This record gives sequence, structure tokens and C-alpha cells, in this order.
Amino acid sequence: MTRLAVPKTYKLYIGGKFPRSESGRVYEIRSHGGDFLANAAQASRKDARDAVVAARSALGSWAGATAYNRGQVLYRIAELLEGRRVQFIDEIVQTEGVTTAAASAQVDEAIDRWVWYAGWADKYVQVAGNANPVSGPYFNISVPEPTGVVAIIAPQSGGSLLGLVSAVAPALVAGNTVVVVANETMPLSAVSLGEVLATSDVPGGVVNILTGSPAEMAPWLASHADVNAIDLVGAGDLDWVHLQIDAAETLTRVLQPENGPDAASPSLARIVAFTETKTIWHTKGLI
Amino acid sequence: MTSSQLAMAQLNTGERALALLGGEATDANLRRYLHGIPGIDAVGLEQRAADLGTRSVKTSSKKWALDKIISLIDLTTLEGADTPGKVRSLVGKALTPDPGDPACPRVAAVCVYGDLVPIAVQALGSSHAAGTATGINVAAVATAFPSGRASLAVKLADVGDAVTAGADEIDMVIDRGAFLSGRFGQVYDEIVAVKEACKRADGSYAHLKVILETGELNTYDNVRRASWLAILAGGDFIKTSTGKMAPAATLPVTLSMLEVVRDWKRLTGARVGVKPAGGIRTSKDAIKYIVTVAETVGEEWLTPSLFRFGASSLLNDVLMQRQKMTTGHYSGPDYVTID
Amino acid sequence: MSFLDYAPAPESQAVLNLRSDYGLFINGEFVAGRGVPFQTINPATEKPIAMIAHANTADVDTAVAAARRAYDRTWSKLSGSDRGKYLFRIARLVQERARELAVAETLDNGKPIKESRDVDVPLVAAWFFYYAGWADKLDHAGVGPTPSSRGVAAQVIPWNFPLLMLAWKIAPALAAGNTVVLKPAETTSLTALLFAEILQQADLPAGVVNIVTGGRETGQALVGHPDVNLVAFTGSTGAGRAIARSVAGTDKKVILELGGKAANIVFDDAPIDQAVEGIVNGIFFNQGHVCCAGSRLLVQESIHDDVIDRLKQRLSTLRLGDPLDKNTDIGAINSADQLRRIRELTEIGEQEGGERWSPACVLPDSGFWFAPTIFTNVSTSHRIARDEVFGPVLSVLTFRTPAEAIAKANNTPYGLSAGIWTEKGSRILAVADKLRAGVIWANTFNRFDPASPFGGYKESGYGREGGRHGLAAYLKPAAGRSAARTVTTAPAESSPELDAKAPVSRKKAAK
Repeated sequence: MTRLAVPKTYKLYIGGKFPRSESGRVYEIRSHGGDFLANAAQASRKDARDAVVAARSALGSWAGATAYNRGQVLYRIAELLEGRRVQFIDEIVQTEGVTTAAASAQVDEAIDRWVWYAGWADKYVQVAGNANPVSGPYFNISVPEPTGVVAIIAPQSGGSLLGLVSAVAPALVAGNTVVVVANETMPLSAVSLGEVLATSDVPGGVVNILTGSPAEMAPWLASHADVNAIDLVGAGDLDWVHLQIDAAETLTRVLQPENGPDAASPSLARIVAFTETKTIWHTKGLI
Repeated sequence: MTSSQLAMAQLNTGERALALLGGEATDANLRRYLHGIPGIDAVGLEQRAADLGTRSVKTSSKKWALDKIISLIDLTTLEGADTPGKVRSLVGKALTPDPGDPACPRVAAVCVYGDLVPIAVQALGSSHAAGTATGINVAAVATAFPSGRASLAVKLADVGDAVTAGADEIDMVIDRGAFLSGRFGQVYDEIVAVKEACKRADGSYAHLKVILETGELNTYDNVRRASWLAILAGGDFIKTSTGKMAPAATLPVTLSMLEVVRDWKRLTGARVGVKPAGGIRTSKDAIKYIVTVAETVGEEWLTPSLFRFGASSLLNDVLMQRQKMTTGHYSGPDYVTID
Repeated sequence: MSFLDYAPAPESQAVLNLRSDYGLFINGEFVAGRGVPFQTINPATEKPIAMIAHANTADVDTAVAAARRAYDRTWSKLSGSDRGKYLFRIARLVQERARELAVAETLDNGKPIKESRDVDVPLVAAWFFYYAGWADKLDHAGVGPTPSSRGVAAQVIPWNFPLLMLAWKIAPALAAGNTVVLKPAETTSLTALLFAEILQQADLPAGVVNIVTGGRETGQALVGHPDVNLVAFTGSTGAGRAIARSVAGTDKKVILELGGKAANIVFDDAPIDQAVEGIVNGIFFNQGHVCCAGSRLLVQESIHDDVIDRLKQRLSTLRLGDPLDKNTDIGAINSADQLRRIRELTEIGEQEGGERWSPACVLPDSGFWFAPTIFTNVSTSHRIARDEVFGPVLSVLTFRTPAEAIAKANNTPYGLSAGIWTEKGSRILAVADKLRAGVIWANTFNRFDPASPFGGYKESGYGREGGRHGLAAYLKPAAGRSAARTVTTAPAESSPELDAKAPVSRKKAAK
């Protein structure tokens, strides 16, 4: 006689905790074949608001951590993900209906992406910043700094784990904190990634994961005055032009949707997109 | 005057220093006080000086400025080769800067080595100010000028000789070595002692100008601290340089010293003079100093008792500019006299 | 007499040879506009200077078409070194005609001649000189090897630094290989049109730079034109917001340099005399018509009275009057509209309980003038502590600790610039780290250089102008590179590459 399995409750990940949606709503997650898999929390605008508050309060210490430390913390995610490969492969096979080989390739790529971005944490400043030879007795240097709270609409097609990681990891490198709306129909690996993050060294609030309807939450995030940048990478099927218009109200930085398998492909540009260049002048006087 | 300025005004120099320092003028107390004064950012100071240097002084203002500059000059000869003849010639120039123009003002003082004071006094004759508000002063450099490297006794004798010989003003040098090694108390005591040596038989005092030799102090912060130190010790004037080393007076250094006398007035209500010396050779440069004085401490400082130029060749350049303004064409060196 | 009155020393206008009316500069020629021409006046006297053509939508179309044609046929095909040579030529011509440009700028804008002569125009030349050298070195601009230009740039500039903002916009755009349609501010078109003459002298190919004068709707037509690839705007946050909305959904690259409400933080150990100069320069430079002006003085409470005392004394020596006089420190307010806004906000400042002070100062009878003004007893909730006045008005607030200074400095939707005054180096660096602003001046203020990136955080806009960063905005990474999901080998050179690709390993990690 087979043992009766214990199914997992898929919840949100906000401020390092796993709350249900304040709205009490859930929605059904079905396998590629149509079987019921789970009830995921359907986050509301208030959950999004709470996530922004959590991200804002986590910003100071994450942005203020040393670059070396942030690199190690991001690398630690890769280590933990590696240890949970099987779980992620399982979830991907179930939700995406791909082969085990394809699922494991996706998980591997997601792990490698964390590793790649982890390595940038203490380097991107050197590449994207510079000393400026101004004509005068001044020390002058330009350095990129994190933009702040970044809202992300994760890719809604392609690999559900890889898409999420590809969008979230670069924003974290510089020290931004993130509120991400996961793949709506395939959110299981996103919630599991939250569990990885919770047991990793990533401080609570640095990454906040919302499951539910991007169409419902995106307008609230785009127009939120305390969101500094919004990555619409996965918003291609939404009325994203309107989201960009909403974001203009407080000059929120916007990355437009990307489609196809190369959406959010790894690049230094993605790190720099969520930074602000600060230029510091200081007088130089010998006497 | 504010009430705190009034309180200050009732104190003598020593009492005032005691009150400000919160104790005797020891190295430690002076150090604490001088290092408590806000610092100077060199770049900002130099920018401000350069900015003041861009003032455009034309027509009537220029005419006024040129005459004013002449009246503020300490016409100086400080050479090892100085002789009675050279000093008499200098005095002649001081009395009659431009023989072609009787309206030309006279300089404020002649500045010579101490041993030549009697010659200068004699040559000036009835034009010697000798404590009056009119006439030309005789200033003597003293205290083992320019290095200041002699015993205090020698320095005081140097001062005493000059005062006895009729010097109206003493230009002393501070001990830069003592200052740079932090022996602020020694510098202070020496200035106090020199000031006392300026006392004449009748109880009056020769005016004391304290030369900081800013080129050797090197930093603006040092200049500012030395300025405060000299004023605390009772100097009537603070003077940039001996003229014997470069850099001598610069506009930023002078500006920083003017800021000190401005602050001293705010603190105590008392006015202290400033004398840039050495390196100011053209009217154009001198006008920049006049502008800097007027815009930093106010026009009231543009008077011989509060501002002087220590210079020799400056006078003739001013005279040529003056002639140009009168005649409308450029003058030449053969149309001004050499001393 | 008072020496400090200084006899008048007016800069001669004889160097100027202005026309009575100016057309639009399209395709290398001056042409009539189809809108109703308008007068540009001297804000110091309200006397007319010249008639300026007004570009309507059709004119904007013509200009964009000229820029497109020049881009396709000429400019994008030119070698980088040739583009650079044109820019060097322009830099030299600006230097040669510096006096004339300075006088025209002062006449049209109202700023003191000493500023247009010593700041604006020299920086214009420097800007072209700096970017000229970049034109054949674009591989090192930070967007990867063989980047491409973007196409036609639509550029809209403000009235506070008319010619300098033109240089900030045009120099990097041309160096990167773009062509330009630029719209100067309505009240300050003159020097842009003189600049067009310089372009003719430089023999710049027709259509590479087009200048359309006009009002707000001219700018809107330009920014909204479907055939422009990039929009660069400097101006108010309100207008910038509108532009950000209008380009939504397009692939137009946008650079916005918007408003500010900079904190100038003075600690109790500041070099006090230089700090006072920096406060004055921070808010009274260019009549305070500066987006990065240090309009909020945050002074440590323990030295508040002393600083205000010194500041008042210093302000009493400022000379307000004829902008063409070489001794003038404070010129005219640029327009009646701006003067109205400054008056309105300062009146609110008084109503809210701010203590208003200005030095004794006689304002000329005609023209637009506002005396340098400081408000003490201002709190963070007052409008003059929050709204950009864009005039010679300083709000003074106090703080007790560095943490409080940082919190107050950052408590604004803006984030363009800030100043820090202290002799303590480690504090400067730590405070600079924590200030949310794009330009931080430590023991100085309002310094600009073509090599130094300039731009804001938050509602002060995005994108940088100046330096390598300012060039990168006008470039596009080489096509196709962003599609790579395969292992790529990094080029040997060490130039920054924003499109560096992650090596994507598909091989299984050892289990």
C-alpha cells in the first residue's frame, strides 16, 4: 500500500515570511496535462503594497552590505538550489510538461545564472563606474549605486524558474530589493525558490515573491510612489504601455517587455539598468 | 558694539588672551585654541580670491584706487647694500612720488633696516610723522630680520635701537621654527616681549607689524593660526612676508588674513591691520588687493592705519597708470623717477 | 565716493552683429517658420532684441526629415575621426567667438556677463572638445564593441543655460553618430541661432543639426514625432513627466534632466568661509536658475547663528544690476513668468512662518528682478523647503546629527545634487554614500565639467550627461549581441562592456 503524500501549501513570500494572501484568495494550479496540483495564494494589491514596504525596509542593509558579502549571499543561493535540484525538476516537469532532461537543464542554467551574477557583485562598480579627469583641483569619481526598490513582472513564458531567476538575480547584484510577480500559471518553482531564499543567507525582505495575476498587481506596482524601478520583462501580454505611463508619474525607471527565449538573458546591462550613477566631487588642496 | 565686544574692549591684551584661551598662553592652551578655529579649504579660498580678482575697476573708481594705493605703500628698501644715500633717495621718492604732479599723494611710510632709521628720520625732517596723523612714518624691520634666528635678547635690542632712533613702526618676524614645531607659547611670548620693547620713553608705543612669513608656514591653516596667534599677542598689524623668499604675498593668503581680522573685529570690536608685502608689482595686482579688502572687511580698512602694501617697484607702475589716466596715453619708465 | 560702488564697467555690445529676425535652422539653412514669429527680449530691460521664427508641426516634420536624411546619407556613413574633426572645429569656433556668444547670452538670458564669459561659454567649448575626441573611440564607451548610433535625436533644452545645455545635448549626440533636431527654450533662442551660424562656418553637413525655435507645442511636436529615436530633455519635472508618458510604448531612448531641491549640508567643522562662499555660489549663481542649486541649506544647529550672520554679511556685498556690467553678481530673472512664480512661492514662505531677509538692494525699474533672499526658521514641511523655486531664494533648515542631516537631505522626491561641508574626510565619504542624489559636491558646489557625469535620482530624471556615461546614452549596443545564449568568449580588450554575456553552461554539475 502506497503512502499518502503530504501536499505543500504554496504561499507568498514577503519580508522573509510566508503569509497567505491578505485577501484569502487562492487559485488553482494545474499541471500541463490539466491535473490539479495546488492552490496558490492569489496576491492582492495590498499584498503588493506590503511587499513594497518589506522591500523598502530591507533596502538599507542589503544595499549597505559589502559587495563581497552580497556576492557570497547570491552564491549561497546557487549552492542551496543545487541541493534541491530534484524538487525543482519535479515541479517543472509537472507544471511545464517538459522532459526531465529539459527540466534539469533549466534548473542547471538557473543555478549557473546565480553563480554568474554572484561574481558580478564586487566587479560591476569597477566596470560601470570611473574616475573622471576634470579640469580643476578636484577628485572626481562616478560610481553606480542601487536604484532602490525594483518591481518585476517575471517572464510569463519559457522556463518558469529560469525566467524568474534571470529577472531577479541581476536586480539583486547592485543591492536593490525586489518585489516580483511570478509566472501566473506556473508559480510553483517561484514559491519553492522563496523557500530556498528563506533558508539561504538572503535577508528577509530583499526578495518578495507574489503569486497571482500580473494584470491585477502590475498597475499598483507601476504607480507606486515608493517603487523606484519596474522591470516589465514579463508584461508583454499586459497593457504594458499603460503601465509605463503610470510609472512616469514618479519618474520610475522602466524596462520594457522582452519576448522570446532570450528574455532577460544574462548581461551586465541588466545589472546597470537598476543602478544610478552618483558622481562625487571633492576639492584637492595641498596647502 | 555687542555686549560681548564691549566686555572684550575693556580688557588689555593679556587679559583678553587669557579670557579667550581660558588660561595662560601655554603651548597646550594655544594649540587647543588655534586648532579650534575652522579650517580653510585651499581650493575654495583660491577660487574666491580669483573671483575677487575679476572685478573690473574703471574710470573714477580706478583713479581713486590708484591714489589710494600710493597712500597705502610702505616704500621699502631692504638690501644688504643699502647706504645712507640709498635711503635718502628713497625718502625723496616717498615725499615726491611724481615731481610732475604736486597733487600726487605721498606714501604711508618708508621701510628700512633698523640701523638706517636715523638717516630716514633725518631725511624726512619735518615730514616725519613721528606720532602725528600727517607725514610719513618710518618703519624698521627688526628681530633679526628676515630669518629671526637670534636670541630674544638680540631681537629685543634690535627693536629697542630702532624705536630709540625714531622708528614709528616695527616690522618683526615671528620664529617660524618655533611655530612649525608647535611651540606656540614661545612665539606668543616673543611677540609680547617685542611689543613691550616698542614702548617709547614717553609711554607710547611704536606700531607693531608681525611678519608671519607665510611662504614658510606653507599652509593656509598655518597662516590663519599664526594670524590669530599674532593678534592674540597684541600685534597691531599682521604682515605676510619678509619679501626675502618666494612665495611672498599672494591674494589668497592676504584674503585669509583679512578674514581673520574681520573675525577678530566681530569677536572683540577691535581693528587689526593687514600688510601684504613682496611680489606686488603692478597696479592691476594692487587693485585686486584693494577690491579684496573692500569686499572682505569693508572700505573702512582702506586707510594707512589698517592696510599697507610692502613694495618698492609697485609705486612706479601706479604712477605710470596715473599718468595714463591724466594724459590719455601710455607712459614710460623714463617718465617716472627711480629712487 | 564709495569705492565699492565701482564705476560702471559694461561689456561692449559692439562685438554683436545681430539680425533683426531669425529663421529656423533646417538642413543647413535659415528658413522662415510657418508659425507666428515671436519677440525675444532682454529680461534686464524688457527691450526687444530680435524676432524669432516659430516652428509649427509641419516645420518640425521638415526638420526631422532633414535630420533623417542627413543621418541616412551622410552622418552615419562618416568615419568617427571625421565626425570628431567637425566637433573639434566647432569647439575652436566657439572659442574664437566666445566674447560674442557671452554677450548674446547675457543679453537674451539676463545672467551676469562674468558668468556667461567665465562659465557658460568656456564650458561650451570644453564640451565640444571633450566629445570630439570620443567620436572615433566608441568601442570604449561602455556599451560593448562596435556600438551603433541611435538615429535622430530630439533635444529640448531650458532657458537657464541656453548655449551650455545645447552643448551638453549636441556634442555627445554628434560624437556618437546621431543627427539632431534641437528646440531651444522660447525665451532664449538667440545663442542657439548664433551657434547655427557657427555650424555653417564649420561646414557641418546640412541637416546634421537642425534648430527649431518656438513654444511648448513645438517641443511637444518634436518629442512626439514618430521618426525620432531618442529624446533628451532638460527642464521641469512636470514637463519631464509628460515626456515620459508620451514616449511610453515606443522604443525611443529617453534622457531626462529635471528639477531638484538640493541640500547643502554644513557641518560644524566645515571650512566656514569657503562654506559661506559655497552657499552663496550654490543658490545665487545664475540667479538660482539652476536645477542643481543648493536651495536647501542644512546647517548644524550649533553653528546656525554664526553661519547666518556670515552669510548675511556676504550677501550684502553681492551686486545686483545690469547683467552686462562686468561687476554684476546677480542678473535679471529670465522672464515675467518666472518672476511671478518666485514671488508667489516666497509669499507662501512668509505665510508659512519663514523669516525672510534680503540685503538692502535697489532693483532696477524695468526688467525682471528679484533680490537675493534667505528664509530662516524653515521646517521640512514648508513649501519653500519642498518646491523648486528656481530663483535666488535659500531656505535654511537645521540638523543636529549626521543621521538627521542625511534623512532631511533625502526627504524629497528630487535627487539631483547635494553639497557636504566638513573637514572630516571619512564623514564626507560616508555621507556622500548615503545621499540619494546624482551629483555630490564636497567642500565645493556647482562645479561642472564635460568629463563628469551629471544627472539625477528619483524625480530629478534619468540618464547622465557628461563623461563616458553621457556618451553611452546616445549609443546602442551592437545588434544581435543581446540574443546570445551560448558561450561567448570575451574580447581581449579590457573596455567596459555592458553587454557581457554569461557563459551558459548546460553541462551537469558533478553530483
